[in-house]
Amino acid sequence: MAALLQITGVEVGFDGSLALAGVELAIDEGEIRFLIGPNGAGKTTLIDVVTGLTRPSNGSVRFDNRELVGRREHEIVALGVGRTFQTPSVFEQLSVVENLDLAANHRAGIRALMRRRRGVAPAVAEALEAIQLSDRADAQAGVLSHGQKQWLEIGMLLVQSPRLLLLDEPVAGMSAEERTATGELIERIAERCTVVIVEHDMEFLRRFARRVSVMHEGKVISEGSVERVRADPLVQEVYLGRSRDRRGHDPALDQQASTAEPPETTEVPAR
Amino acid sequence: MTGGGAAEQRRHPRLRQGAVVAATLAVVVVLPLVVSQFRLALLSKYLVFAVVAIGLNLAWGYGGMLSLGHGVFFGLGAYCTGMYLKLAEAGSGLPDFMSWSGVSSLPAIWAPFRHAWFALPAAVLVPMGVAALLGASVFRRRVRGAYFALLTQALAAAFAILLVGQQGLTGGTNGLTNFSTVFGLEPGNPRTTQILFFAAAAAAAVAFLVVRQIVQSRFGRLLVAVRDGEDRVRFLGYDATRVKVVAFALSAGLAGLAGALFVPIVGIISPADVGVVPSIEMVVWVAIGGRATLAGPVIGALLVSYANTALSEWYPDGWLYLQGALFVVAVVWAPRGLAGLADRFRHLAWRPGSRRRAEVAVGAASP
Repeated sequence: MAALLQITGVEVGFDGSLALAGVELAIDEGEIRFLIGPNGAGKTTLIDVVTGLTRPSNGSVRFDNRELVGRREHEIVALGVGRTFQTPSVFEQLSVVENLDLAANHRAGIRALMRRRRGVAPAVAEALEAIQLSDRADAQAGVLSHGQKQWLEIGMLLVQSPRLLLLDEPVAGMSAEERTATGELIERIAERCTVVIVEHDMEFLRRFARRVSVMHEGKVISEGSVERVRADPLVQEVYLGRSRDRRGHDPALDQQASTAEPPETTEVPAR
Repeated sequence: MTGGGAAEQRRHPRLRQGAVVAATLAVVVVLPLVVSQFRLALLSKYLVFAVVAIGLNLAWGYGGMLSLGHGVFFGLGAYCTGMYLKLAEAGSGLPDFMSWSGVSSLPAIWAPFRHAWFALPAAVLVPMGVAALLGASVFRRRVRGAYFALLTQALAAAFAILLVGQQGLTGGTNGLTNFSTVFGLEPGNPRTTQILFFAAAAAAAVAFLVVRQIVQSRFGRLLVAVRDGEDRVRFLGYDATRVKVVAFALSAGLAGLAGALFVPIVGIISPADVGVVPSIEMVVWVAIGGRATLAGPVIGALLVSYANTALSEWYPDGWLYLQGALFVVAVVWAPRGLAGLADRFRHLAWRPGSRRRAEVAVGAASP
């Protein structure tokens, strides 16, 4: 069976350097795939390519056997690909329920758009429940806490029932409890759709990841279970960076766990 | 929005709404009886400006598209009507200014404007078409904010220059004027002035209701969403470009409608009414009245135009400075204009901390 998302040979160049240097990645239907890698490895750029924000100079992105490269953002969403951003980007001037209502109606015709919203659609109510914002449905999204905004954003994807969800650092800036709750929410979502998560937080990774792909300098350099990837010498080298001579320290990844941001030495050489 | 308390909450505004409608109707009916013909004509002109402001607010206040070139759409509507009036006057001959300019046969572009059924719809549809074309090409390339404002400003300048340059086609600097008949009515007749006043009031009411319906619909929420996060809207699966084009075209259509009414009411349309300065004045009405509020633009257009007339009679040059100062004050200290101030005072006086009404809650964001 062909993968749900098949990325082949994707290259993206910025000012002469390659942000993505031939990415190969296949995601099967029903997976939760974690995408990790040092800063500047190209994780977010890869999501941008899949969702149509960045056009690659080379390569192809096939989703459900349809080419995504060259399509516009909203067309890709209509095919069933949703995404979040590193910083929550809900519509702060609209209420929580209005945010969800807009998300839920993206396939609606002009008639439905020209009407006023009356009541709360079942799918929206369900999403409100899932993201634990039922009691704040009429609050302006701008007054929500950071974590609540992230959830609202996930909820907005939920009501669209996408087939593939791309989450860009969904737990960044969250408290420990919020992280756990978010992880559980994502696991519930993953029962219904395929999820790709870009995440730095190793604690979170260990707890919720099944398969992991590691990116470095615009390429996928390793793939497999969390254990396998951690044992991969190439990955260790990337994450250890210059401090490689300090031997005997196995937990390269563990060190990263708390600091979230890996060392600068692994930035893509800018030229 | 659900539960018994909400229903009770809703009854109160509905009552107040009814009162506002009744009061407005009473004013519209009584005014022609009590004010002089001269003042009534002025009022009609202010109402026409209110129509422009209502439309511009849809694009700028709710959609974040700051247009400094709405005079173009106003002008297109006005010239469409002006051409019809000129031809109606000329009968089978040529409009007077054409003969003076040495034009010997009617230009092809004028011919269809002989018919009211063509000219009047065109007054709305031509501006909408131009706005849609402009929007589709510009918004698609993600031109927005100050760049869009500059572009529309340049358009207004170019439009005025074009009108002046094509003397034989447009009447040049003088524009189109001296209409001897206004849709079968006699210009200057008190009856005509009254009819035109009612037409202007009706246009303002229709514009207000149409924009209110749009703003309160899902499309209106979507428009606000596009204003505050255009890229995010694309990732919700909406074509943000199309949303903006629709709103901008509707806005231009209302400006065209206003232009079409302006000509018979004022009796002239010239490049001075459609260029850079009038376009900026239109923005000032909305800013002072309160953008992203429903009533604000109406209040702004009426008050600012009235003040313009009153002060110009008294001290002509002063008005320009005062208008500029008011604009700066509104932008810096009262981003939601008079409507925003009124709303704030009402909340202080009545129910502090109570929920704001939906149309106000949308707020105003930077263009």
